[in-house]
Amino acid sequence: MKLITAIIKPAKLDDIKAALQAAGVQGMTVSETKGFGRQKGHTEIYRGAEYTVDLIPKVRIEILAEDAEVESIVDVILVNANTGAIGDGKVWVMPVDSVVRVRTGERGGDAL
Amino acid sequence: MINSGDTAWVLASGALVLFMTPGLAIFYGGMVRAKSVLNMMMMSFAAIGVTTIIWVLYGYSLAFGPDSGHGLIGNFSQVGLTKTINETVGATGHHIPALAFAMFQLTFAIVTVALVSGAIADRAKYGSWVLFVGVWITLVYIPVAHWAFASQHGHGGWIVDRLGALDFAGGTVVEINSGCAALALAIVLGKRNGFRRDPMRPHNMPLVLLGAGMLWFGWFGFNAGSALSAGNLAATAMINTQVATAAAAMSWVVYEKIREGKSTTLGVASGAIAGAVAITPACGFVTPLGALAIGLIAGPLASFAVSRKYKLGYDDSLDVVGVHGIGGILGMLSIGFLATTAANKAGGLGLINHGSLSLLSKQFIAIVATAVFSFTMTYIIARVISKTIGFRVYHEEELEGLDTTFHAESAYDLTGSGNR
Repeated sequence: MKLITAIIKPAKLDDIKAALQAAGVQGMTVSETKGFGRQKGHTEIYRGAEYTVDLIPKVRIEILAEDAEVESIVDVILVNANTGAIGDGKVWVMPVDSVVRVRTGERGGDAL
Repeated sequence: MINSGDTAWVLASGALVLFMTPGLAIFYGGMVRAKSVLNMMMMSFAAIGVTTIIWVLYGYSLAFGPDSGHGLIGNFSQVGLTKTINETVGATGHHIPALAFAMFQLTFAIVTVALVSGAIADRAKYGSWVLFVGVWITLVYIPVAHWAFASQHGHGGWIVDRLGALDFAGGTVVEINSGCAALALAIVLGKRNGFRRDPMRPHNMPLVLLGAGMLWFGWFGFNAGSALSAGNLAATAMINTQVATAAAAMSWVVYEKIREGKSTTLGVASGAIAGAVAITPACGFVTPLGALAIGLIAGPLASFAVSRKYKLGYDDSLDVVGVHGIGGILGMLSIGFLATTAANKAGGLGLINHGSLSLLSKQFIAIVATAVFSFTMTYIIARVISKTIGFRVYHEEELEGLDTTFHAESAYDLTGSGNR
């Protein structure tokens, strides 16, 4: 089992969510977050005073998946998150030791 | 014989002007950081409470009671507003109840001291502010209101009755007064922690725009109500207010578009306020085209003035000096150039209407007297409060935010990260 984490542009969430659902993904966790990478921040101007905003709003998607499904899920995210512009985000995959469904106590792949 | 039409308009205007102070609370509240927005708004509401109590007890009497000698202050004959009941004020044929006038003028006192609070956002002890409101209304606002507003057949306040400077709705009493007091307070309290280092951007621009709209709306009572009658003069003041406010909103954003490449919502809101400020003393003395000129100048001038605080090094947090102080001075001086008796027979003639330099020099004297008195007195009051009960919060309280420190509340339940 793997945990797929994607940091994306907030405006891309709807497209990605729809595409993942169409690809058969059963669940995901989405959170609003902030951060910076190569995009750095942007400048805002208030009454002539410039402020650099270096933490930019992003959306984090987390998906637990069987090993065999990981590549196709990552591909769906990449295709739908890409605008070609700096700041499109990142996707990474980590191994997961165990997963338990709270309601039933099912473990491993059955819990996904 | 009470004129019911005039009375109705002044009563309505009192309500309109009172509405400006909650509007100011929202305008200012949106401009500060989320951790101190309630404190910012509370300063305005405290101004309503404290000023009203003073006004009924002795404020109206000292400001608008019969002059006690040299045009400097009224007397105690109207204490408690008891004898004011059933009295009338106003010109022949335009009598209104003195209590309608007292209520109308009360709302001016309230909004003036509330304006000052913008200079000391995020760092003043709440209790000290409440005390400051009472002392400042008593020692600064009431005298200046008497000087410029207490017209008593030539024997009232010295600016209006003896000097003969023209100030229709409070360029001196409200705008220059609040602007100079704001400068003194900003100097005494010092800069916010992290001034110029940390981003202190407005936490809610829609609130700022809503507040600006409330102020704009209330300003019609402020300016057109100052005619104290419902006729030509009120209509002139009203259209002039609209023209200058709208023109300054546009000229500010055009100026910043040229300077920084973007037109901002804070710019359009600030420009509107700067225009309304600048037309305040002039609205009953100039033509609509004169008002247009004043508004077009007010936007860029106030915008430029605001930017100077970084060079001069004082933290007038919400730009009371640049918008109200400089805007008020512009408005007062503009009368010396643009005034015309076509707009108001009781007014004057500015230089472009073949008037003499004497009007401009009277305007100048009124400006300087108000500015020097307001700055000096406010500086002394603020220093005394600082040295006794303290005016500035502790460092940790400032970092934590004043909402939890003083009011045990927070404006928003935000679980997101980022600058609170």
